[in-house]
Amino acid sequence: MLRFIFSKLLYLIPTFIGITLISFSFIRLLPGDPVLLMAGERGVSAERYAQISAQLGYDKPIWQQYLTYLGNLFQGDFGNSIVTKKPVLTEFLQLFPATVELSLVAIIIATVIGVPVGVIAAIKRGSWFDQISMTGALVGFSMPIFWWGLLLIIFFSGTLGWTPVSGRISLMYYFPQVTGFMLIDSLLSGQAGAFKSAVSHLILPSIVLATIPLAVIARQTRSAMLEVMGEDYVRTAKAKGLSPARVIGVHALRNAMIPVITTIGLQIGVLMAGAILTETIFSWPGIGKWMIDSISRRDYPVVQSGLLLTAGIVMIVNLLVDLTYGLINPRIRRQ
Amino acid sequence: MTDMTTKISDSAIRRQMLKEFWFYFSQNRGAVIGLVFFVLLVLTAIFAPLLAPHDPSQQYRDAFLLPPAWEENGRAAFLLGTDAVGRDVLSRLIYGSQYSLFIGIVVVSIALFGGILIGLVAGFFGGWVDTVIMRVMDVILAFPSLLLALVLVAILGPGLTNAMIAIAIVYQPHFARLTRAAVMGEKEREYVSAARVAGAGNLRLMFKTILPNCLAPLIVQATLSFSSAVLDSAALGFLGMGAQPPTPEWGTMLAEAREFIQSAWWVVTFPGLAILLTVLAINLMGDGLRDALDPKLKRS
Repeated sequence: MLRFIFSKLLYLIPTFIGITLISFSFIRLLPGDPVLLMAGERGVSAERYAQISAQLGYDKPIWQQYLTYLGNLFQGDFGNSIVTKKPVLTEFLQLFPATVELSLVAIIIATVIGVPVGVIAAIKRGSWFDQISMTGALVGFSMPIFWWGLLLIIFFSGTLGWTPVSGRISLMYYFPQVTGFMLIDSLLSGQAGAFKSAVSHLILPSIVLATIPLAVIARQTRSAMLEVMGEDYVRTAKAKGLSPARVIGVHALRNAMIPVITTIGLQIGVLMAGAILTETIFSWPGIGKWMIDSISRRDYPVVQSGLLLTAGIVMIVNLLVDLTYGLINPRIRRQ
Repeated sequence: MTDMTTKISDSAIRRQMLKEFWFYFSQNRGAVIGLVFFVLLVLTAIFAPLLAPHDPSQQYRDAFLLPPAWEENGRAAFLLGTDAVGRDVLSRLIYGSQYSLFIGIVVVSIALFGGILIGLVAGFFGGWVDTVIMRVMDVILAFPSLLLALVLVAILGPGLTNAMIAIAIVYQPHFARLTRAAVMGEKEREYVSAARVAGAGNLRLMFKTILPNCLAPLIVQATLSFSSAVLDSAALGFLGMGAQPPTPEWGTMLAEAREFIQSAWWVVTFPGLAILLTVLAINLMGDGLRDALDPKLKRS
């Protein structure tokens, strides 16, 4: 297992270098002078130009600039935002919990509904449940989630008035960030109604973000179950006279879950992309909205490092998925 | 025996294959519905000037935010209502179909062409060429696709053409990977060795011998990418980074309609519905294609 982990880690190095190369090139690929871009839109004097140029290392050869960039990254220096002047990493860490909370709740919704639906659809193949749920899954898979979010706002916030339209919690409540997760912090604050407010803010965005992963998980679970149920060991289990619940629960489901877990893990990329749209619609103060705002404000250091950090997280989660896969499926490890 | 083989001409084989393909494809009711919808959409796009009751950019000053015809205050001349500057929503939707199909075709063509070329080279030559190419593909895949497309658009500048290029770049690794895997599976086969022994050069082996046998998974992936391209370009348009107003692109229409979600449901509902139905139809077709082209599923 150690060797497996090590080989996977080794595999990451070229990808990591590639990611840093892309984020490094980003500012240099933008049309216009990078120094002027980094200095903001107001323009600079000649001395200030030279100063920024030297400070950012643009007067050095390109390979040296890259090495400095890498060195800074390893020291946790991701540059400063042009707009707020704050270190990008500080801003990222501040907003990251909001995106994690939203994504976690979304993936939990998607898994808790998606897996049972997929299993039942597979067991009752061809039934009305199978047909309706798989049609629903395909609709979900085809959903433009930015529109879906707007529809939910029209109905639940507008017509019914059940949920708020934007933000993470009502402005009535104020309490210190402990974990960064609004659900937990609101409970810890002990303020009456705070938790309820947090939940009501979270519910629509997480449903929107869960839509596509839910569809993917339900479809994947169904096809994995169908494949496994045709295997010899399931037939043997049935022939032995085991109860259907045992055949499905123990023999089929456990093996079908292997590809499903991978699918769930691989949804992280989908979630990060979905977070951009979901957070924009619901004014959710997370990484996605931060990136979009930074792109439209031309806050390029934020875009550059945000891109790098997001890709880094996706990479690490994918590594964890790979390792889990190796853990539950010994055949993979030996390859 | 020689009699038999000489009698069946190439075109007959092809016809037989098509017949078999259609047999499996038409077994899937959803796929046929998707195909019918898609054909209607293509016709709508082609005949948009004839079908649309109004010019998509004509602003009727006496008709701001009119509701659909069946609602109170609605007018028969504006079946699906008008938007905030008095343009006919239906006409804009009809013209919008041109953009969606165009985007899908361009994105898939670029991604398919690039991906096939890269995948063929990687799979055929193997070794360090393969390693380098596939690591680069891994790097592109490490970024969430929409985010990378957004950043590429930030570099290239907002607009429909740049959005299409960005999306195509982001999709291209999927085709490269698929082609590579298929090529690696095929290149050790006997018919390839036979062609090699017969004196076929590398280019001929790659494009004429191996590639045609790798097409099935690529066709399925192309269909799926077509629908994703429609979705992602609409998302870019919605975020203000794709087609720019006043283009009647569906995502851009949604972005313009956002501020009216509480007051004018029709300007928000119809463009999104158009995106959903188009993507759904293409995905239904994709499912049918996969069932019809995948020999492993055929037997089950």
